[in-house]
Amino acid sequence: MTSPASTDSVPPQLSAGPRPAPGPAADEGLARRLRALACTAPLHDLDARKANLAGEYSVYGMAEVALAAIDLVTLNMDFDTGADHEQIVARLIPRIAAQAPHRPTAEHERVARWVLENLINVGSVDRGFRAVYGTFAPDGTYVRRDYDFKLIEEVPGPGGTVYLRTTDEAVNVLVGALDTDVTSAQIAAEVKLEVLINRGRLADAQLAAEQARYRTVQYSETLRRALDATRRNVRAVDWLSAVPDMIAEALDHVAERYRHENAILTNIRKARDETEDPEHKRRAAELVDIVKDCIRRHTQLQSRLLEAGPLFRAEQDRQAFATPATTSGTDLYGHLLAPVLPLPLEQAIRVTDAFFGRGTGLRTPVSVRIADLVDILLTPPVEREHLGAEMPEPDLIATPDDSRFSEEQLAAAMELLDLPADAPRRLSGLLAEARRTGDPDLAYLVALLAVHAASPAVGTAYRQGEQKLLFAVDDGTELDDPEFGGADLIVGTALLDAAGMAADRTEAA
Amino acid sequence: MSEHVEWSDAEAPAPSASAAVTPADAADAARLVAFGLQPKLQPARDQEYTELLRRHRDDPAFARLADAVAAGLGLVVLEVSPRAGMAVTAAEESVFAVRMGDYARRTAADSGDRFLHGLAHLAAAALAFPRPEDLADDTYIGRVTVNGVDAFVRQACRRLEERAEEQGENTDPATDAPGLEAAWRIWARRSATGATKDARRPAASTTGIVAKALAFLTDSGFLQRTGDDNGGTYRTTARYQLQVRDMAGSAALAELLELGIVPVTDGTATLMPAEDTDDLDLVADAGLPFHS
Repeated sequence: MTSPASTDSVPPQLSAGPRPAPGPAADEGLARRLRALACTAPLHDLDARKANLAGEYSVYGMAEVALAAIDLVTLNMDFDTGADHEQIVARLIPRIAAQAPHRPTAEHERVARWVLENLINVGSVDRGFRAVYGTFAPDGTYVRRDYDFKLIEEVPGPGGTVYLRTTDEAVNVLVGALDTDVTSAQIAAEVKLEVLINRGRLADAQLAAEQARYRTVQYSETLRRALDATRRNVRAVDWLSAVPDMIAEALDHVAERYRHENAILTNIRKARDETEDPEHKRRAAELVDIVKDCIRRHTQLQSRLLEAGPLFRAEQDRQAFATPATTSGTDLYGHLLAPVLPLPLEQAIRVTDAFFGRGTGLRTPVSVRIADLVDILLTPPVEREHLGAEMPEPDLIATPDDSRFSEEQLAAAMELLDLPADAPRRLSGLLAEARRTGDPDLAYLVALLAVHAASPAVGTAYRQGEQKLLFAVDDGTELDDPEFGGADLIVGTALLDAAGMAADRTEAA
Repeated sequence: MSEHVEWSDAEAPAPSASAAVTPADAADAARLVAFGLQPKLQPARDQEYTELLRRHRDDPAFARLADAVAAGLGLVVLEVSPRAGMAVTAAEESVFAVRMGDYARRTAADSGDRFLHGLAHLAAAALAFPRPEDLADDTYIGRVTVNGVDAFVRQACRRLEERAEEQGENTDPATDAPGLEAAWRIWARRSATGATKDARRPAASTTGIVAKALAFLTDSGFLQRTGDDNGGTYRTTARYQLQVRDMAGSAALAELLELGIVPVTDGTATLMPAEDTDDLDLVADAGLPFHS
């Protein structure tokens, strides 16, 4: 059924028999079901084709992996972009690994990529699938038609990245029966969830919560499209009533859902904390995550809704209040693009060709002299530099060492200040000892370190888990020294409870 | 043609129109046309170019000579002014004309691809000049982005798809008649982008096709690249406006009329409000550049 389409198989039950063909109305339901059926074909196809892969892959349930992939992409679709390709692969691997635990991880990853690529259908130009089915035209003739669809599509993201999105067809394959009102379906799912939580049936509640999340994603997607379009187009939109109504409605919806989901969150949290059963606890914790995700999506939606108004007003200023031009040009959209799009290809192409022929400007033709051609052909190809241009040698200037004290002096001072925890000393005594070493600068360094220790870096020592800390205390005694004035500090070492602090830190984190 | 041009000084020589054409005049006229053949060259940046443009304005005989040189080479003169320079474009069947087959090789074999490339150019122009006033206003500078053009066309396609669904039409084309497939479906079913090994856009994706069109127009001196946001951001030049207004728009419109399709608008309101505003997907027809 999938691309490349086989055209030689005719459904015999439809073409047989001389009976008058059923009208298009009767056929429509059939066509719809045929298309729905076609959407599942790529999944069956995966299992059918896995035998063709080099290697023993029959152990993997490819359709299962594919459905899981569609699931993951749907759930990871963000408001603005989509799901990240690598992330989807990474999340698929645990399931694939569970199917064949003894195989190497590289193979699991290969399977994940194979499934994802096949869902995108990377090999085809359109990156989509095509199924062929037949219907009866109104005049009773049998017409075979192409149905083109995609399951996962790649969309451009910011900065030239590529993201994955599931198409409506894929969501239909996954969730099914989506021909329902999104809003009411969501309300139903949430009411159901609340009841289930109250009765403590968490297993069912999780299913309902996941369904609610699908609906939430779908709702955001619908609104995203609408807002995107609003942003692009000011005059096509009835800003007097329709858009404000729509935004107000959507904001109401967000507010209501937010309230509702917060209520559910509170309930589940209670269930999570109160339940004794570890299985229940785990499920409730998962539910909390799902509902939190729903709330996050609603918040995102709300901020989008609030941006719409200012954006419209800015556009309005630019367009509506400008002085009208006296002459009028061609309305490229209204006169050309819009009428061309519904035309059949063979007619539309005449218009686009005409536009292309006159709209691309000119190219000066390249003419080659035979002498140049010989030179060009004989010139060896320029080797491409893989590493880029050579880095210039940096011109380094040695900065003069202008430290007041040398490393040796610091070491000597630290040795001097390495006091036992139970025997603090006066600064005057330390200074005297420093002077005895014969280095006149050492006393300065010791005095400096002692003053510094008057305000010890307790926080840093705590964070770094130091064993001890130098401190200095002023007890009112004046320092009697030829070089320094001030208080004769008591300098000592405090031992720190490193283990206790470490325990504190982990608890705080 | 250049009535809006304001020259700062008016002491330019005014040779009599009856003076005989000398080879030097012919060389100057040809040089002016040669300048016009370098569409990315800004007249203000080149003194000789500016001088020749001034002569074209002040000396009717020289102007006629330059126009004749252009016509003889197979060029159409759109405008001669300080803002656009000697704006010339290729006449039909001229050696300077751009042919679709040279532009993109696949188009020779695949009419769908051929259509997509043509539509990309049409959509880029429609997004650059969303309202008729924008196309008429000489001071207007349009802005287009690669992703913007693609999203804009997809929006229009989605609208058509929805309309077809509302009317219960089956738009799936017959298998043996691909030429009868509705044009919008070709764009809609082509993927917008794709992951490739070297992190470039696949050339066959719609953003790849649009990016090619915009890059080509930049080489034609019609657009100037201003940034990399949204797949590449560009602003229009005076030449592009002239080209679309005087050449491409009318040519495509004539072709459309020949097909028996007469687009009806009231001349002022370009983008009609969507008829059914009760659904969420409000916007039908878009025409404004993205703002982000």
